[in-house]
Amino acid sequence: MINMKDFLKGSGFIQPIWVFVIVITIFFSFMSEYFLSIGNLSNILVQTSTIGLIALGMTYVMINGNIDLSVGAVLGLSASLSVGLQDYGITIAVIAALASGLVLGAINGLVVWKTGVNAFIVTLGAMIGVRGLIFVYTEEQSFYATNFAFSDFGTASIGPFPVLALIFLICTLVMHLVLKKTGHGRNTFAVGGNPEAALDAGIRIGRHMMINFIIVGFFAALAGVLLATQMGAATPNLGRDYELWTITAVVLGGTKLTGGYGSITGTLGGVLAIGILRNGMNLMQVPAFYVLVILGVILISVLIIDQRLNVHASKGVSI
Amino acid sequence: MASVEQGKQAIMLSKKHKAGLLNFLSAQGILVFFLICMFAFSLFSEQFLSQSNIMTVVRQASIIGIIAVGVTVVIIGGNLDLSVGSMLSFSTVLVVDLHDKIGPIGAIILMFFFTLLIGAVNGFLIGFMRLNSLIVTLAMLSAIQGLVLIYSGGQNVDIANQSDTWFAFFGRGYVLGIAVPVILFAMLAIIVQVVMSYTSYGRRIFAVGGNPAAAVYSGIRKNWCVFSTYLISAFCVACAALVLGSRVMGSQNNVGQGYELLVLAGIILGGTSLLGGAGSIWKTIIGVLILGFIQNGLLLLGYPYYTQWLVTWVIIILAVWLDLANKRKRLFTTHS
Amino acid sequence: MSTAAMNRNTAHGASSSSPVLSLIDITKKFPGVVALNKVSFDVRAGEVHALLGENGAGKSTLMKVLAGKHQPNGGKIILAGEEKSFENPKQAKKSGIVLIHQEQSLVPEMSVAENIFLGSLPLKWGNRVDWKRLHADSTEILKRLKCTFSSRDMVSNLSIAKKQMVEIARALVFTPRIVVFDEPTASLTDHEKPVLYDIIRNLQEQGVGIVYISHRMDEIFHLSQRISVLRDGEYNGTLNTADTSEDEVTKLMIGRTLELDHASKPKEFGENMLELRGLSVDGVFEDVSFNVRKGEIVGMYGLVGAGRSEVAETIFGLRKPSSGEILLNGQVERLHSSHDAVAEGIALVPEDRKDQGLILGMNCRDNMTLAGLESVSRRGFMKTAAEKRVYDKYQQAMKIKTPSWRQKVGNLSGGNQQKIVIGKWLHTHPKLLILDEPTRGIDVGSKAEIHALIKELARSGYAVLVISSEMPEVLGVSNRIIAMYDGRVTAEFDGDAVSEDKLVQAITGQPVTAQSNTGSTSGHPAG
Repeated sequence: MINMKDFLKGSGFIQPIWVFVIVITIFFSFMSEYFLSIGNLSNILVQTSTIGLIALGMTYVMINGNIDLSVGAVLGLSASLSVGLQDYGITIAVIAALASGLVLGAINGLVVWKTGVNAFIVTLGAMIGVRGLIFVYTEEQSFYATNFAFSDFGTASIGPFPVLALIFLICTLVMHLVLKKTGHGRNTFAVGGNPEAALDAGIRIGRHMMINFIIVGFFAALAGVLLATQMGAATPNLGRDYELWTITAVVLGGTKLTGGYGSITGTLGGVLAIGILRNGMNLMQVPAFYVLVILGVILISVLIIDQRLNVHASKGVSI
Repeated sequence: MASVEQGKQAIMLSKKHKAGLLNFLSAQGILVFFLICMFAFSLFSEQFLSQSNIMTVVRQASIIGIIAVGVTVVIIGGNLDLSVGSMLSFSTVLVVDLHDKIGPIGAIILMFFFTLLIGAVNGFLIGFMRLNSLIVTLAMLSAIQGLVLIYSGGQNVDIANQSDTWFAFFGRGYVLGIAVPVILFAMLAIIVQVVMSYTSYGRRIFAVGGNPAAAVYSGIRKNWCVFSTYLISAFCVACAALVLGSRVMGSQNNVGQGYELLVLAGIILGGTSLLGGAGSIWKTIIGVLILGFIQNGLLLLGYPYYTQWLVTWVIIILAVWLDLANKRKRLFTTHS
Repeated sequence: MSTAAMNRNTAHGASSSSPVLSLIDITKKFPGVVALNKVSFDVRAGEVHALLGENGAGKSTLMKVLAGKHQPNGGKIILAGEEKSFENPKQAKKSGIVLIHQEQSLVPEMSVAENIFLGSLPLKWGNRVDWKRLHADSTEILKRLKCTFSSRDMVSNLSIAKKQMVEIARALVFTPRIVVFDEPTASLTDHEKPVLYDIIRNLQEQGVGIVYISHRMDEIFHLSQRISVLRDGEYNGTLNTADTSEDEVTKLMIGRTLELDHASKPKEFGENMLELRGLSVDGVFEDVSFNVRKGEIVGMYGLVGAGRSEVAETIFGLRKPSSGEILLNGQVERLHSSHDAVAEGIALVPEDRKDQGLILGMNCRDNMTLAGLESVSRRGFMKTAAEKRVYDKYQQAMKIKTPSWRQKVGNLSGGNQQKIVIGKWLHTHPKLLILDEPTRGIDVGSKAEIHALIKELARSGYAVLVISSEMPEVLGVSNRIIAMYDGRVTAEFDGDAVSEDKLVQAITGQPVTAQSNTGSTSGHPAG
């Protein structure tokens, strides 16, 4: 708390979103005894793992200066494939589901790279079109898992830890390290922060973009498979609005839409903030739709705080 | 120096003449595409070009079209509005619910008031607070959806006596054989197109979207301009809610879900750039109608309704890509 | 061309060492324009070769050809005896040719080390960055440049000068043979310049050939051994710095000498149109007081960053003063926006034509009428005929060269663009016209036309404030000159009688001496 401005900008030791997470954790632990129990905490992790996994990939894409609106549809397709193809065996079904995410991510990335069309438009198209693919494949039917091994996986635990939560946390750690320590991670920042300079320096900006779209596609597909194991089923409308939740979480975590700035730790904070709010308000028996309003208000507040800080930092005329 | 300048201009001139036809075709490319689509569908289905079918398509497209007119203005002004879907849910639920409680006139007035209020909130945050429009309207999308659910308590609403109210006029009525939604759509489109093309207000919006800094340095009140575009957008949503509520006489809480995407798809397909400062209502109308006719044509050919989404995916990207390729004179980007 | 050939011979005759880099007969054509026509240029090891020319003369294009950003249509690049052709900047960099950009080409949210090795981060297996090596190598380069900051510092936290150091450090990654500096001092303060000079000398000692592009004569004569001049895309001669004078260089650059024309300045002034009393904006400028009378041209002279544009923006209602008063026509006015300012008859031709002055995607006519839409519309509806008349009037009055009013202003030359911005404001019939760097990046012909126009406007009663960092411009048009340094007004001079060295002293923070000639200056050191 030495310098309020530095702190809020996140250049200090702890990111502002984490302060928020801690504050609401304390708040809800007073409001409900059950809130801090191991069972509930792992529950929160399981509930947030779907959005959380996608948000990991989205963070990369957004640091890279792009956006992916098609993640919800990719999640839906992958969930349907992982359940619908179970006649060929679970392994084949899951591989096909994950592959669909990789392929769709690659298509998005390739189109953004080669045509130069804005990622917002490309993935908006994909968001509509991939939903069409789901309907073509499922013919508007919901699929139910017949193999219990599949739906058991969604509720399995290793010791006290639910498998889904573990997968999410391990992925988070890996993605954090990749972003911080590898050439690809660092070049992702370079491309988002200053594309022109990155191009001049010989960084293959197209390839990095495409890899990041493949990453987000993969994580959306993985989230789809895991969500299907949780539900033991897949509906054709699964994943609608997930792109909104994901982008909300990533922006709450401090990643900038303009690219070149962001972190996986911030995104984890953003994801947890949403999860805790939902869970805590549920425990307090507040109807779920209040969360929607509160999230909207928080998102706008974050923008306002961010802008106030930046306006004072630069001496230019604010247009 | 002067000679270089003159040379540049001379070449610019001669090039302009040569490329005249090509420019025209590329500028009107989407119109050409539209006509080809119409022709192709008419080959396979006799019904397609029948008057009644065309009127049906236009009527069905009118709700998206009405909203798209408003959102086009926002986009020309250099911003985005993703909250229109939620707003449509909100306004439709509100007008349907209030209809039986306070009568149609009161319901319509209150609905317009609250819709414009939401538009004003958007406009205030984006125009005066200068926040990023994408995130603000994303947050509003979520918040308004929450408000609808809180208001309705999660219940669907409907009008009890559906055959006995003049409220049906907006969604189900006909004037001189033309459906009222179509008339509303056409009127709004013409009025807004005239405002954008022939008034100083329209000129200012184009300037603000084209280069906000230069607009401010020219003494234009940019904040007010941006604010006003969200009022226009909200007004159009309110009109759409009037039509939708009147047509279905009942409303689910999420009736408008996804409309923001269809609206954007139509606008982008029409050729209005998301960067702001360019575009027109005509283009948007063509874009919306293409989507409508593709949907209708595919249905007539016996394909399920969701195949149109696949087609939309392809043509949206193609339309923007070809436009870009034409500007940079090569199909693909060159960087690796 | 004959003088050029002669000069070339003398320059070559003066030295015996052979060039490390030769550009021979480089031709570069863009659609419709020959940007470079058979330009030859060479650099020897360990020399500073200054490249001069007006804006648009082809300096930047030549350097972009050299650095692999553009591919030439003809000619040869010979580096250390070998013919080269570079397809992209990275290839050029690997051969030891480095361009240090005018504009920042750093990634803000990355460390200094990562920026130095941008595009060539040392990697271990698994795509992992080898941090140890990265920081060791970076630290070594920073040490060579005598930099005081760490390789782990975030670039976004560095000052502009330090950022420039990082760019230079980046140049040293591939043991450079040729380093091109493009206007390197434009964003440096006076304290930082000597450091840059040291670095350049240091590079020279290591045998690196330096190409130095700048507009500032003092720097060029201070640093360079040879000076080459480009004009209109053609090579115009090379001079040995030791054997030449600023006049000779200027003549070569613009084809004639600039003569100050005090006689054509306006002579009759009316009441105070604008008066500033102790105007301050916290952290930007402080206690600025001066006045501009009707029919008078006041020049505001100072370096970039001295607070001149900010004063203009405050007068124009874009910044809120923290203290002090703005008086218009003798009355205190509080302007809350640019809209208020325009309503009060203030016009500002902004510093950055493309970002602030024009809507590049709009046509000429619409840009021209943008600030005065009320006068070409009735009840909100545009009067097309009136608009066209307004456009024609100013297009003819200012000789704007454009194929048609439908032309997008983005396609016009800098001079014509600037005339449109000025026309936009003349159409509003302002009482106070502020021009911020009115001729930056404009060809010589348009420059003279704009200067004549400014004087004519003042004679017809406008109060004019001209902000400039070009001394000939300020001296050439101003009745009075306000000097600014570091957010303060340091002196006020009579525009007809001030000496150049006094002006330089006033804008560089030195005390203004009284000893030099021109007894009639009304200069008084303030603050």
